Amino acid sequence: MRNHPPSPEFREPAPAVASRASGRAWIRRGSATPHLFLLPGFALFALAILYPIAQAFRMSFYDWKIVGSATSEFLGLENYLRALGDDKFWVAFGNTAFYAVATIVPQIVLGLAVALLLHGRAPARPLFRVLYYLPVVTSWVVVSLVFRFLFADQGLINYLLGEVAHVTDGQTSWLADRWTGMIAISALGIWKGVGWSMMIFLAALQGVPAALMEAAMIDGAGPWQRFRAVTLPAIRAALGFVTIMLVIGGFNVFISVYLMTAGGPAGRTEVLLTYMYNQAFGNLDFGYGSAIAVIVTLIVLALSLIQLRMFRNPDGGYVE
Amino acid sequence: MNRPAPWPLTSLRLLVLVAGALVMVTPFLYLLSISFTEQSYVLTMPPQLIPDPPTLANYTKALTVQDVPRYFANSLYVACVSTLLALVLSSMMAYAFARFRFPGRELLFRVLLVGLMIPAVMLLIPQFILTKYLGLLDSHLGLIVFYVAGSLAINTFLLRGFFESIPAELDEAMQMDGGNAWTRYWRLAIPLARPGLATATIFTFFSAWDEFAWALTILNSPELRTLPIAIRLFAGSGNNAVQWGLVFAASAIAVVPVIIVFLVFQRHFVQGLTAGAVKG
Repeated sequence: MRNHPPSPEFREPAPAVASRASGRAWIRRGSATPHLFLLPGFALFALAILYPIAQAFRMSFYDWKIVGSATSEFLGLENYLRALGDDKFWVAFGNTAFYAVATIVPQIVLGLAVALLLHGRAPARPLFRVLYYLPVVTSWVVVSLVFRFLFADQGLINYLLGEVAHVTDGQTSWLADRWTGMIAISALGIWKGVGWSMMIFLAALQGVPAALMEAAMIDGAGPWQRFRAVTLPAIRAALGFVTIMLVIGGFNVFISVYLMTAGGPAGRTEVLLTYMYNQAFGNLDFGYGSAIAVIVTLIVLALSLIQLRMFRNPDGGYVE
Repeated sequence: MNRPAPWPLTSLRLLVLVAGALVMVTPFLYLLSISFTEQSYVLTMPPQLIPDPPTLANYTKALTVQDVPRYFANSLYVACVSTLLALVLSSMMAYAFARFRFPGRELLFRVLLVGLMIPAVMLLIPQFILTKYLGLLDSHLGLIVFYVAGSLAINTFLLRGFFESIPAELDEAMQMDGGNAWTRYWRLAIPLARPGLATATIFTFFSAWDEFAWALTILNSPELRTLPIAIRLFAGSGNNAVQWGLVFAASAIAVVPVIIVFLVFQRHFVQGLTAGAVKG
């Protein structure tokens, strides 16, 4: 996408300027035009995204009062220190980390596995692609409720595990305990996300050089060797992209927890963002809520930067 | 890759794919099944995949007593207006980034990308306070403004790629003929980037249609509720008193149109994903 010839604006049409004596100053128009195109969108972006980002940082240093008459008190780092000493914060942190780890790896492994199975001459490939992608396009609210129903005490999961597979006694109260609750929530995360990573990997697999694959085959490389030596390097950029997006998504988990367990019982399945939400809109503690939001953002940004470095192509560019 | 794989390998591959597809589809079938099941049969053991006896009562109730048509209309209105505005604004920005060189271009684009990195939920608190200040709490406009703003970064990013892939010679020729920047954007770039616009439309529409956290935060009046908010309220929070049939009838009403649009336009989904991801 980067090797097209430079666009017309890049070479200023000087003769045209000279010939237009009518006063329509081409160069000045040319220099103002992009800004006119940018202005409406960027103004909205600045107001509704950039300003709130700055504001989130600012609020996190205050005991923020939402009522107009009350003055907000500057606390410095107190909200952050409070988080560090807050057991419930650490429960939420642990749950979020659990969710991230428990969902990211399976989404990558399963997504890539399905993509490899579908790549090439898989039978009924378009049908499978649609079926695996279906959860991705379905509303989080709806699928969260479906999973709450599936993991209910008398739900399908207990029936399958207890009566059909005989792995458990079929009496598990999934959503009434911390770790079983987190497992149920993570199961939803994986189920909903596999189709997305599959789709990215399918696209990336198109870019695996066929000649190289052919050569590896002629050299007698087995499937695993071919995967390691040819496929994996070729989909490196996609792998990096998927990982970063999944980390961001993992730390963003909110709706599924809110609707499946509501953070219960007694805050044991709370994640960072549900905890933040409850602090802000339940306790009206906007300063503390903002501090938690900032912490989540900083974690996500740090992890993304680390991965960007890890996945950067040795040549410094992207594999296309 | 051209020689056919031996048949046991192919059938094993098929078997694995079918098993996976079953896991993917079962929750949907179950949702539909429960939506046609009477409340008293909902949590019976063993679970029934085919409702016996089937009933339309949940749908009747959703469509009449429970005001689902109004929530559907609310969602449709908010999503349509948001999508239209988001596409106009972001395609203009994308065009500027794709076709002009100006000071601060890279910087502005990077600033925009920050919008992709910041978790939307993180901004709930300051956006709530801003919305309160603007007097937009408990209004559809309050939803629209932030849905549009939230989709600008991703759409600009996506459309810039499509605009850049339009041959520059076309732009040049049109400029020779006296077409100004607006004409070239509107008459040339927009029509040629139709696949990209279709993708952006679908993504923006669906994210507005499904959005939950923001609507939960600012909406209060029952008559303004969007579908996700209404469905969540049907489901309450306890497990025993929940009218699952009603919840899933309303869910089906919300989800089925999305799935149909997806099936019809799936080509665009794939294209959009590819453009956004691999060619980053």
